Amino acid sequence: MSTVVRLDDAVVTAGRFPVLTGLTLTARAGECLVLEGPNGAGKTSALRLIGGLESLARGSGEVCGIDLRRGDRREIRRHCGWLGHEGSFYDDLTVRENLTFAARAGGFDIAGLATSVEAVGLSQRLDVRAALLSAGQRRRLGIAWLVMRRPSIWLLDEPIAALDTSARIFLQGILEDALAKGVCVILSAHDNTMELRAPVSRLTIVGGRIEMGESS
Amino acid sequence: MKKLAAQILGPTALVTTALTVYLGIWVTPQDVVQGNLARMLYIHPAAAWIALYVGFGTAIIASLMYLWPRTRSTAADHVAASAMEVTLVFTILTLITGSLWGRPAWGVWWVWDARLTSTAVLAVLVAGYLALRRAIDDPELRARRSAVLALVAAINVPVVHFAVVWWKTLHQGATILTPGSGILVHGIMAWTMLLSFIAFTLVYAWMVRERYRIAIRQQTRDDRELAHAVSARHSEGGAA
Amino acid sequence: MIRVARLVAVKDLRVEWRSRVILWQVLPFGVMTLLLMGFAEGPETTLSPSVAAGLFYVVVLFVSMLVIARSATIESSPGTANSISMLGLDPAGVFLGKATAVFLEVLLSALILLAGTTLLLHLPLALALHSLPSVVLVVMGLSLAGTLYGALTSGLTGSPTLLPLLVLPTMAPLLIAGERTISAIATHQTWSSWLGLLIVFDVGYTVAGILLYGVVEDS
Repeated sequence: MSTVVRLDDAVVTAGRFPVLTGLTLTARAGECLVLEGPNGAGKTSALRLIGGLESLARGSGEVCGIDLRRGDRREIRRHCGWLGHEGSFYDDLTVRENLTFAARAGGFDIAGLATSVEAVGLSQRLDVRAALLSAGQRRRLGIAWLVMRRPSIWLLDEPIAALDTSARIFLQGILEDALAKGVCVILSAHDNTMELRAPVSRLTIVGGRIEMGESS
Repeated sequence: MKKLAAQILGPTALVTTALTVYLGIWVTPQDVVQGNLARMLYIHPAAAWIALYVGFGTAIIASLMYLWPRTRSTAADHVAASAMEVTLVFTILTLITGSLWGRPAWGVWWVWDARLTSTAVLAVLVAGYLALRRAIDDPELRARRSAVLALVAAINVPVVHFAVVWWKTLHQGATILTPGSGILVHGIMAWTMLLSFIAFTLVYAWMVRERYRIAIRQQTRDDRELAHAVSARHSEGGAA
Repeated sequence: MIRVARLVAVKDLRVEWRSRVILWQVLPFGVMTLLLMGFAEGPETTLSPSVAAGLFYVVVLFVSMLVIARSATIESSPGTANSISMLGLDPAGVFLGKATAVFLEVLLSALILLAGTTLLLHLPLALALHSLPSVVLVVMGLSLAGTLYGALTSGLTGSPTLLPLLVLPTMAPLLIAGERTISAIATHQTWSSWLGLLIVFDVGYTVAGILLYGVVEDS
């Protein structure tokens, strides 16, 4: 499997504070990389760096063959999709409007909308404003947005936080499906509760760099 | 050669300024109409020249160089920031001396003269530029956004100027700062005025150079502090 | 570019239609400011058309400031900002789309405020109608420049206070040109040079926005 993400001794700062202090990791297509660690360890910053949303203060890195320092970060972002635990869409728009916007923005066929809504089980809530959805439904909308865009790297920030067991099992199913199609999934989690039937690497981030890691 | 030029910049600026002060106060005559106030001739035009053209111009060119991919460098950003800071000083100096100079003629400290007003708008713009820099922590983002602001301001300043000029010309004639109503400048006065331009330009260059050196030192210090902070976080990680 | 612009403009207008922030918060603020202008003037005096026009444009300027700040915050929650920037939209299109939405919102507010000015500050109705082209051009300038400055200050700690500091000085020419046009129409003078200035401003900021919005946004 090809390497899609490579970070080498990456340092990222927020103001004068180093949030990442020499992070080194690789992730391959079809592989799930789980970043674990306590709050404030730098998990979200690592995801943002990979997604082309942060600039490198030191070190080097490459995402989908594009250099993080010299390359076009906008191009990197097009390869990535984001799912946050707080909602990654427009609260004032309905489910349908949100997904139509994402599809049109990416130049996708609107026909994919029905399939992705079906896949996440939001068919009954198409014309509800996103702000009125429950936490679990909001997560599903975020997933539908991803499923429709089909980016090659999925960046999931605490995707299982505040989800009940059935919702977790549902998310696992979606992720296994994506991984089988060659998507690279990188997610952050502060506790270890996901059991995926797919190649999973776990890395623990402490103080902005890898403390230990294992592959299964 | 470059080093020598850098070394004599400060002293030359000091000497030319001292000479301008000497000529301006003791050698040049009073004006028939304006009396001693005419000596503003050796401060105000030179300050305005630095503020409106030299200082702002340097900042614009440096900002352009930063945005142009081939010449992008943190040095260009430092030059732009340093020049903009010094420009603010000279813009305020221009406003104060202009107001002082105009007071006897106008009877008030402020009139809605075209140049005075557009210089005031420029001062606020430059202050806005410096405020924007203070609000951004990430050096690269700061450099990029402030360079864009400098360029947009550069397009905007002439528009402000024309707007104010037309606004005024519909109402009243020339004031003291517009050509044709000034003092008869001749002989030693002309030479002193020329010297003041040279002196102010040298002082400006010296100030920007010193400010740039401070910026470089700050950057070195920030780099060192970052290295410390990184190792501090490492040991915190090891302890956890 | 045009496709993205339309997509973004429709989305921003739809968000506004749903939240109705402008209708229920910004417009009442504008009307209240007009009333305050009347109070400041005192009950005895009648304002000249030139002063009424100037006050009208000051209020429009304040209102546009709120609309611009609102437009810049639509994508401001971290999760939304992340996933929207990963759509990789053409920045020039985003700029034009956002500016178009702001333009329509401010124009609508300005028309209502113009009606309010004729009513409260006694700006002659015929004069108000004659000055509509210049109002459109001024609002266009406010929207284009405002959208660019909104992006410059978005996501920063002091952005609510920083935005007016950057925007107000650049918009001085719009205010002057707008007020002068109405005064010129009132006194039957030519005002084509003011229209020219407004057009230069609008074209300049369109070009600057298309070229520079990507540089600003790419954070």
